Amino acid sequence: MPVLIFIDSAEGHVKKASLEVLTYGAKVAEQSGTTAEAVVLGTINEDLAALGKYGVKKIHHVKNEALDHLDAQVHTKVIAQVADAIKASVIIFSNNVDGKAIAPRLSVRLKAGLVSGAVALPDSSNGFVVKKNVFSGKAFANMAVSTPVKIISLSPNAYKIVAGEGTAEVVPFNATVDQARVKVINTTKASGEVPLTEAEIVVSAGRGLKGPENWGMVEDLGKVLHAALACSRPVADAHWRPHNEHVGQTGIAIAPNLYIAIGISGAIQHLAGVNRSKVIVVINKDPEAPFFKAADYGIVGDAFDVVPKLTASIKKLKGIA
Amino acid sequence: MKILVCISKTPDTTAKIAFTDNNTKFDTAGVQWIINPYDEWYSLVRALELKEADPSSTIHLVTVGGADADPIIRKALALGGDEAIRVNADSHDSYYIASQIAEIAKQGAYDLIFTGKETIDYNGSSIGGMVAELTDLPYVSLATKFEIAGTRATVTREIEGGEEICEVDLPLVVSCQKGVAEQRIPNMRGIMAARTKPLKAVEPVAADALTTVAGFGLPPAKAGVKLVDPDNVDELVRLLHEEAKAI
Ligand SMILES: Cc1cc2nc3c(=O)[nH]c(=O)nc-3n(C[C@H](O)[C@H](O)[C@H](O)COP(=O)(O)OP(=O)(O)OC[C@H]3O[C@@H](n4cnc5c(N)ncnc54)[C@H](O)[C@@H]3O)c2cc1C
Ligand SMILES: Nc1ncnc2c1ncn2[C@@H]1O[C@H](COP(=O)(O)O)[C@@H](O)[C@H]1O
Repeated sequence: MPVLIFIDSAEGHVKKASLEVLTYGAKVAEQSGTTAEAVVLGTINEDLAALGKYGVKKIHHVKNEALDHLDAQVHTKVIAQVADAIKASVIIFSNNVDGKAIAPRLSVRLKAGLVSGAVALPDSSNGFVVKKNVFSGKAFANMAVSTPVKIISLSPNAYKIVAGEGTAEVVPFNATVDQARVKVINTTKASGEVPLTEAEIVVSAGRGLKGPENWGMVEDLGKVLHAALACSRPVADAHWRPHNEHVGQTGIAIAPNLYIAIGISGAIQHLAGVNRSKVIVVINKDPEAPFFKAADYGIVGDAFDVVPKLTASIKKLKGIA
Repeated sequence: MKILVCISKTPDTTAKIAFTDNNTKFDTAGVQWIINPYDEWYSLVRALELKEADPSSTIHLVTVGGADADPIIRKALALGGDEAIRVNADSHDSYYIASQIAEIAKQGAYDLIFTGKETIDYNGSSIGGMVAELTDLPYVSLATKFEIAGTRATVTREIEGGEEICEVDLPLVVSCQKGVAEQRIPNMRGIMAARTKPLKAVEPVAADALTTVAGFGLPPAKAGVKLVDPDNVDELVRLLHEEAKAI
């Protein structure tokens, strides 16, 4: 009864989130004395066998270009066919955009209990219990799954990618693929930028910056760190920055390695989206700003003074002229 | 057009998160309850706008919850919507909740079913997809825009680092997030009208729960912030590089 991992891709490329679930899934398989297999859908322009270094033994490739765009209904039926064929016991997704669309449908289709937003390996010392985030990262819950087949969707950035040795056996899988009812007519991507949910480092700024014309220094800092940019809600609401940069309870939830918050007060609704970041740096001129309580490092100072100095200092560290 | 909007009740965003009964229950003492922001601000308001554009439409609200959810659903009715259905069951299992909503959805033969992106307490992001599978309908998740022309919906959805526009024929299930609509504040007329709108409680259908909460916990507290002098930014960079290994 192998573990089945869904390898998510876009435009022929395997997403970083998939490397996390591959590493995680291999560990789940090892824990339960079974092997890790994976399924990938549509056109892939990468060497899939090389993904074996994350611990997966066999990859079922449903090479049908009708699957290049997401229709959760169609994708679910295809993944269910693979899961049935290999008698998967645990199925693993990333709790990213595609995972959120597919995993719940598959849960119904296979009548398999779903834990979404998992942050740790399952504990099978007493049943099958998976830790997940609840209350927007302010707490966690241990969820017990009672069905024979289980589905876990792993929170992005919650599990460290580990690459070892090995290659996977890639086998074609012949699945019945329904006609998609969701027709994708246009895709727009902010090119050359790091997607916020996948970024290791996020530089974020708030109302303390006074206006959109002052974002140049934030962009400069972002650039030297190869970081994605984010902002607080009032900043997006005032159209100083695009909506897709808004993080928090009602925006995007992120969990990067490093979150740098500039001129953000640290309201509870903001923290709800960023409190799973591993290291938090706060730059704020008000020593009483609530964000300092959630921070690892802080500078009490004026952003207009500190941020350019920070950028210069990082350039020095990295040897950038 | 018949629209079903799923409404859930969540603790206020500033509520203190604590647990009782040996960390197995959420401590509701002193908690203010609100309509889940995604349901209130985005899916419900977009449904109201669709009805304003086509007044022959009807909007039904559904919630799965105990009688303590009535004030929340009344508040939603004050914003708009024609009638509400409360399925009288208290559960935190997504499959169980989705099964109840799917039953209502099948009976009402809706053209459009809206959910929020996620509940801000259990953060499942699951109910919409489950309802869609149970009713055999297409599902577009994480919508940031929703337009309709005749029986065809044009939905913009989030993808990693961008957006995607898709077309789908009704009926369908959509989960809504920021962008779909702008938050509205209920007015006095709406609040008065909501008092007399039908809110019917129905008993749940038999359905399994596939998961249970074995226990809750709080994340470990931070060790405390290390403050660096604004005139010594190099020290911060050194700490981030050598101590935190974050850059
Ligand atoms: C239901 C609900 C949901 C919400 N969801 C979100 C959400 O998802 N995300 C979100 O961000 N907010 C959310 N909010 C809003 C949240 O409560 C705060 O209002 C918001 O986060 C404040 O944004 P801010 O920190 O940028 O602005 P402010 O609170 O105005 O803070 C600005 C900060 O900048 C500092 N500052 C000023 N000048 C300087 C300077 N020169 N140098 C350095 N620092 C300076 C100030 O000391 C202050 O701390 C939500 C609110 C509600 C009610
Ligand atoms: N008990 C409930 N009753 C009605 N709708 C719900 C309920 N729980 C969740 N929903 C809907 O499903 C969405 C996603 O919830 P979840 O999958 O729990 O994160 C919410 O935004 C609501 O629209």
